[in-house]
Amino acid sequence: MLIKLTGGTVYDPAHGINGKVMDIYARDGRIVERPRDGEKIDQEYNLAGKVVMAGAIDMHTHIGGGKVNIARTLLPEDHRGDPVPHSDLCRAGCGHAVPSTLTTGYRYAEMGYTAGFEPAVLPMNARQAHLEMGDTPIIDKGGYAMLGSDDLLLRMMAANKDQNAINDYVAWTIHASQAMGIKVVNAGGISAFKFNQRMLDLDEQNAYYKVTPREVLQRLSRAVHELGVPHPLHVHGNNLGVPGNVETTLNTIAGVEGYPLHLTHIQFHSYGTEGDRKFSSGAARIAEAINKNKNISADVGQILFGQTVTASGDNMSQFRNAGHATPNKWVCMDIECDAGCGVVPFKYKDQNFVNALQWAIGLEIFLLVDDPWRIFLTTDHPNGAPFTSYPHLIKLLMDKTFRNEMLSRISPDAQTMSTLASIDREYSLYEIAIMTRAGAAKLVGLHDRGHLGAGAAADITVYTDNADREKMFAKPDYVFKDGELVVRDGSVVKVTWGATHVVKPEFDRGIEKEIAKYFDTYHTVKMDHVKVTDQHIADDGRGHVQVQACEGRREKTA
Amino acid sequence: METFAQAGTMDSVTCPFCGLLCDDLSVERDVAGNLNVAKNGCHKSITFFSRAPQAPSPRVDGRTVELKDAVAKAAKILGNARHPLIAGLGTEVQGMRAVMSLADKAGAALDHMNSNGFMRNIQVVQNSGWQICTLTEVRNRVDLLVIVGTDVVSLFPRFFERVVWNRDSMFDQNTSAREVVYLGGRGIDTSAGVAPDGRKPDVLPCDPEHMPDVMAALRALLAGKKLHATEVGGIAVAELEKLAQRLQTAKYSVIAWAAGALNFPHAELTVQNITELVKTLNKTTRSSGLPLGGNEGEMNANQVSAWISGYPVRTSYARAYPEHDPYHFSTDHLLSSGEADAMLWVSSFNPDRVPPKTDLPTVVFGHAHMKLEQEPAVFIPVGTPGADHNGIMFRSDNVVSLPLDQLRDSALPSLGEVLTAIEQAL
Repeated sequence: MLIKLTGGTVYDPAHGINGKVMDIYARDGRIVERPRDGEKIDQEYNLAGKVVMAGAIDMHTHIGGGKVNIARTLLPEDHRGDPVPHSDLCRAGCGHAVPSTLTTGYRYAEMGYTAGFEPAVLPMNARQAHLEMGDTPIIDKGGYAMLGSDDLLLRMMAANKDQNAINDYVAWTIHASQAMGIKVVNAGGISAFKFNQRMLDLDEQNAYYKVTPREVLQRLSRAVHELGVPHPLHVHGNNLGVPGNVETTLNTIAGVEGYPLHLTHIQFHSYGTEGDRKFSSGAARIAEAINKNKNISADVGQILFGQTVTASGDNMSQFRNAGHATPNKWVCMDIECDAGCGVVPFKYKDQNFVNALQWAIGLEIFLLVDDPWRIFLTTDHPNGAPFTSYPHLIKLLMDKTFRNEMLSRISPDAQTMSTLASIDREYSLYEIAIMTRAGAAKLVGLHDRGHLGAGAAADITVYTDNADREKMFAKPDYVFKDGELVVRDGSVVKVTWGATHVVKPEFDRGIEKEIAKYFDTYHTVKMDHVKVTDQHIADDGRGHVQVQACEGRREKTA
Repeated sequence: METFAQAGTMDSVTCPFCGLLCDDLSVERDVAGNLNVAKNGCHKSITFFSRAPQAPSPRVDGRTVELKDAVAKAAKILGNARHPLIAGLGTEVQGMRAVMSLADKAGAALDHMNSNGFMRNIQVVQNSGWQICTLTEVRNRVDLLVIVGTDVVSLFPRFFERVVWNRDSMFDQNTSAREVVYLGGRGIDTSAGVAPDGRKPDVLPCDPEHMPDVMAALRALLAGKKLHATEVGGIAVAELEKLAQRLQTAKYSVIAWAAGALNFPHAELTVQNITELVKTLNKTTRSSGLPLGGNEGEMNANQVSAWISGYPVRTSYARAYPEHDPYHFSTDHLLSSGEADAMLWVSSFNPDRVPPKTDLPTVVFGHAHMKLEQEPAVFIPVGTPGADHNGIMFRSDNVVSLPLDQLRDSALPSLGEVLTAIEQAL
């Protein structure tokens, strides 16, 4: 099967292509340079005047696993507001803040997204995360396994085990959880909360292990780097949501000795303590630090106004914030000497000073970070807002007039505390393509996605250029997934099942002796039963595992 | 793959017959496929694994038929129904996925056989949420265990062995010094709560109908209220005050209940008093609730239903999109009100869990040993997950899921295979 996309205006930043009119060919799901001599073109799409990009990649979105399902269970009233009937093609479900899995897949695809990565896969709950993602159609998926408050790592660190042993354990965890990388959430803090500590600053000791978050970050960032895992350590910082946490974040950046670090939903970690209300924007300082430190990347975790639900592994912070639950109900869990979770429904209000300033802080960070290869477009779905609000967010970034109009409507006190009105920058289509495609693929370690060069998977999105960027990005003309047309005019026309991306770093399997003993002595399950097999992912013939190479980053092929 | 035709011993076998999902069993198999628990058994796992392999034929109206004919008849019943009910739901994850797909297509309602208990918890989560933990946390952290209204062990035989009286724990705790309190219930067997050194648990009994008063009183005390009564439900308030104080001074207390055992009207409010007092305790110390359940694949049904439909069971696809109502879509209500016009019943773990009596056309997907008083329109024997075929199962704590392994050859199809065939025939 050979398809030809003719005469579209192509944005492919991985190859430096910025709005060039060109043809793209895809054979059997992969992009090829040109047809073979005499090869027949099976399908041709005339894309004159259309905008062509690779399929978008959401590098941080809570779409699968225990806390997501708890969030669903917690919010029947939210589902009732957005029922999704089945059609001839698609199955029924529900939408809005935490959509059902099938609806999640359809809606991502209908927005031109072809991959999404679950950032908080608890190793003890990894099978569930993969089961849920396995019932998420069309898009590719994958996850980052959570470490940093698990008792085994903390025990190894307290015993001063050498870095090689830590690396082996980290690699084992990536294999067992079928993950693309490692995430650390409130390093050491989830464990500290189990010992009744309520805050844990970067250099504060865990009450039992005497280990500090800084040490956890150093050990894990080094491990990920030394294992050759392309995705840098994915860090949800300590002190989420606490005024003044900008200092913690800056210290975190300074504290990892140059190892690559990805700071996630950094908006929630960029708060100062200035002003009458002791709550201010730390965006400028954070952006400056990112601009200066090339080993640092971040996604924003933009908040947008309205009802949503926050679902996080950080039960220490979620318990602290539970008083803000709207509606007033929440779940916190201590989980398996492995991690925790907290699920707190939230309604961000534009006339609330704090919420309004959070909104402005996120946008300031987007606009003040110079390098679009190191800043990523997320709402930390669903924590800042549901992923379905991405087109609106893109418009805020690309359209200064629109942004300033929205700014003029929020809490006046927040307006005066923000520099947003003075920032003229507007993102270009090329920069949006970097953030949501080329940069995201490079960051996650997807060597054959996020670009349109020969050999790449034919995940392609086609838009009609429209000055109203929200309209443009909400409803692509065509979405191709692995070369198959799956969306036309913003509606699913074919349901496929994407791949699950994983990495398999090499390690010394001798570590299993120690891990097995730990499980036998202290746990309620056997080590071998923690492992998620390929079969668990591929069962019922829909998903499959794609192993991405662990040899550093993809080179530009152009 | 392993050949199942030979005799052998299998280690690290997972038992799906209660929500604890113990995965440390040794199970012997003879050449005929008979299984015998050789190590780490309990009365439940021994019953479960010792059921001899059988492969009875499917039946339509009591007559033996081929599977394809039973499938065709089941599809016809489903196709003729306007609001079928798929109930029982004693299956593992893959079977439940097939149930969800079929329900969507057929416009069916879904309910699990243990929902009367589980919905008490669901209503609490939907109304106020909760703060809970999982089994390994209990095993390593609990210093004061309060058990509300149940002996635990008749539902979960190895509970104390696995997570209370375990010798090793991670944080230098002398586990035999753990304190156990049984609160509420009458005539409860508390012997499992006796510590390894012979120390007896504290028992504060009351009649089940007084449980709501007792839990409300304890919650009130923990909220700092003064009670004028001197006794509640036969328990001296002084005793409750003492318990409240112990909860406040404990480093990590756990309050366990089994919703299915709280069998009195509006027991969800009693569950809520437990979960809200746990929240109160966490203002100053650490405490977790521990909802115990998960028997007969209860968690599989609710987890899979939640991610595919957005809601736990008691959900209907009658309007082409899922709607959830803990009262309206209960098996009892749908059968007694006449709102369901056909029933599919699933029980693949347990032959004793037979469908409720009904005049509706009924299709039963049952354990091979199932004996039915009332012959259904269609009976299709299905394999037992974790013995006859592989599967995945969620544990009581709704977090950990474990693989179930095939242990012997079986001619029986899995539920998933049968339901997929029915869906295709619709």
